[in-house]
Amino acid sequence: MGLRVALFITCYNDTLFPETGKAVVKLLERLGHTVEFPAGQTCCGQMHWNTGYQAEALPLVGRFVEQFRNAEAVVVPSSSCVAMMRDHYPKMAEEIGDKRLAAEVAELLPRVYEFSEFLTKRLELEDVGAYYPHRVAYHASCHGLRNLGLGDGPMRLLRSVKGIDLVEIDHMEQCCGFGGTFAVKNADVSSAMLAEKVTAVLNTKAEACTACDNSCLMHIQGALHRQRTGVRTVHLAEILAGVEETAQ
Amino acid sequence: MSTTADNMLDPKTSPTFPIAARGMLGDTQLRKNVRHATEVIQNKRARVVAEMPDWQQLRESGRQIREHAMANLDHYLEEFERNCTRAGGKVHWARDGEEAKRIVTALVKASGSDEVIKVKSMTTEEIHLNVALEAAGVHAYETDLAELIIQLGNDQPSHIVVPALHKNRQQIREIFQREMNLPELGDKPQDLADAARRFLREKFLRVKTAVSGANFLIAETGGVCIVESEGNGRMCLTLPETLITIAGIDKVLPRFEDLEVMLQLLPRSATGERMNPYNSIWTGVHEGDGPRSFHVVLMDNARTDVLADREGRQTLNCIRCGACQNACPVYRQTGGHAYGSVYAGPIGAILTPQLQQMHHAQSLPYASSLCGACYEVCPVKINIPEVLIHLRNKVVVQKGFSAEAVAMKAMAAIFRSERRFRAAQRLGRVAEAPLVRKDGQGGGWIEWLPGLLGGWTQVRDLQEMPKETFRDWWEKRESRGN
Repeated sequence: MGLRVALFITCYNDTLFPETGKAVVKLLERLGHTVEFPAGQTCCGQMHWNTGYQAEALPLVGRFVEQFRNAEAVVVPSSSCVAMMRDHYPKMAEEIGDKRLAAEVAELLPRVYEFSEFLTKRLELEDVGAYYPHRVAYHASCHGLRNLGLGDGPMRLLRSVKGIDLVEIDHMEQCCGFGGTFAVKNADVSSAMLAEKVTAVLNTKAEACTACDNSCLMHIQGALHRQRTGVRTVHLAEILAGVEETAQ
Repeated sequence: MSTTADNMLDPKTSPTFPIAARGMLGDTQLRKNVRHATEVIQNKRARVVAEMPDWQQLRESGRQIREHAMANLDHYLEEFERNCTRAGGKVHWARDGEEAKRIVTALVKASGSDEVIKVKSMTTEEIHLNVALEAAGVHAYETDLAELIIQLGNDQPSHIVVPALHKNRQQIREIFQREMNLPELGDKPQDLADAARRFLREKFLRVKTAVSGANFLIAETGGVCIVESEGNGRMCLTLPETLITIAGIDKVLPRFEDLEVMLQLLPRSATGERMNPYNSIWTGVHEGDGPRSFHVVLMDNARTDVLADREGRQTLNCIRCGACQNACPVYRQTGGHAYGSVYAGPIGAILTPQLQQMHHAQSLPYASSLCGACYEVCPVKINIPEVLIHLRNKVVVQKGFSAEAVAMKAMAAIFRSERRFRAAQRLGRVAEAPLVRKDGQGGGWIEWLPGLLGGWTQVRDLQEMPKETFRDWWEKRESRGN
């Protein structure tokens, strides 16, 4: 029986990467689930919180709870936003001093899933019937890897994709250098880290680089395009949403 | 050879991290050395950690031991003082680095020596003890190979455990050739070790006063523990007549048996060894065996301020293994000197600003992409990213008004309302339009951005915003009834 899944698209996916959201909707519906989109949702607060603007981030906890409290499951196609909620929301609710909110956060968080995590852990799926006839390199985003413990979940999903030529990059688990405002505050060091990541991707001769997080991909894509490599980036959801009839 | 103050790593005067890092990034040799060394140590560490089935439990034990010690620091420090004194040691208390330097200098003078041999000690580096000793007419000889390289090269440590990690063999050979007057010296490890050994042996036999740091102070026994790889420490701890140990008050462990956990965690994390070649534990003085006069200087130097901060205090649990430095992708690019402090890398980024009571080194909490590699390898589970974020908040509150703060507050107001958020999305598309260059495939890219955002476009393009946001698409779809 299908689940009632509320999609938390996240602010930057909503604005910059709508195709990822469409892919999530397409796949979840294909798998027999109902997708809802609470209209009042905006941002998880990660940028503010991680940059040191804690007071500015706090109100977003209540907003998230309000929008998603009735969901059977919440799916988020961004590992760092899920990490933000899981690692910090309980503490933030406590800081706000609202006991009811803290209880609601504790009650809601177990139902919040990163996209690949929802497939592998909640639905216990590996083969979602996808088709993607391209050479693809996978980058393990830091928050998914270390904060969420996604492990090889995303790789298992990718290995089950029909037609895919999945390649492993060197130092797959090393940060791409994005780090939110780190990329502009420490632009030089971030660039040096990015150079290593892009080299690793190019060495595989992949056509596309994928990940569970469009923020890392936006960063990697920025250099891939600047260098006119022709290599593109694509969110994991967009690969998994592809099926044989519609494959490019 | 002399110890000078001209290139001291002092957080009070160092340039900000982004500025200092820029210089390091252009140093090809340094980057090659740092990359090579951190990779070698990381791989060694990974091997010896993987063979421990109970590694995660050990980490948790380590965390609990350290947390308990810090939560009861007053009690354990006094217990240490009692037991150390009973065993014949003399304990001194130093509020800050200046007081510690005064005490140590006076003790060296009282020992009747104008030279000291030193065991590698980051605590003495923290307070620049050698400079103070030199000013008082006392020459300090570093006896750890890496510290010797640093001292002879008039350089500064760039790593907690491997202070000369930024130098390769050829560079070390040049320093030894010049400073030891050995023009024929080769660059094989054996050549370099032999030269250092000959150079140091004479000092070990001549100098009657030694200065050491401490890996651990054991409250239960009043003992001090040092682990090392070269045997130079053992020489310094046993040959001289006077031994002066200086330790941060955070180095205390409650019980002797706590070493069972710590001496598994530390060597594996620090150097990728199952056990250190030399593990020295000494307690007080003993007739006819080792130093006849033994002093411990317990230094606060802002550690109690760190302890007072509920979220920052886990920083004090650190056992100085340096694993976070080896694992850090930022450190790996810049090496240690960019941090402007003897404590570099992730631990330096949280320890240094706190030891400076947030008056200096405010750029260090931002010298991290928050990737979490440091937390993953920390043997006592210090959640470094969490502390970094906490310190960033302190910096923001301290700074108050800034262009960034205004932008952040505006963004926060946008995120508090769906209506404002949608308006901002529309406005963004309008605002970016003059900057977008069409790619001939129906898309467009931004290749230049103004102000702070220019950091992005220095090496990256940015795809233009799509015509339709996800929520616009969703609404249309809903209105069509799917």
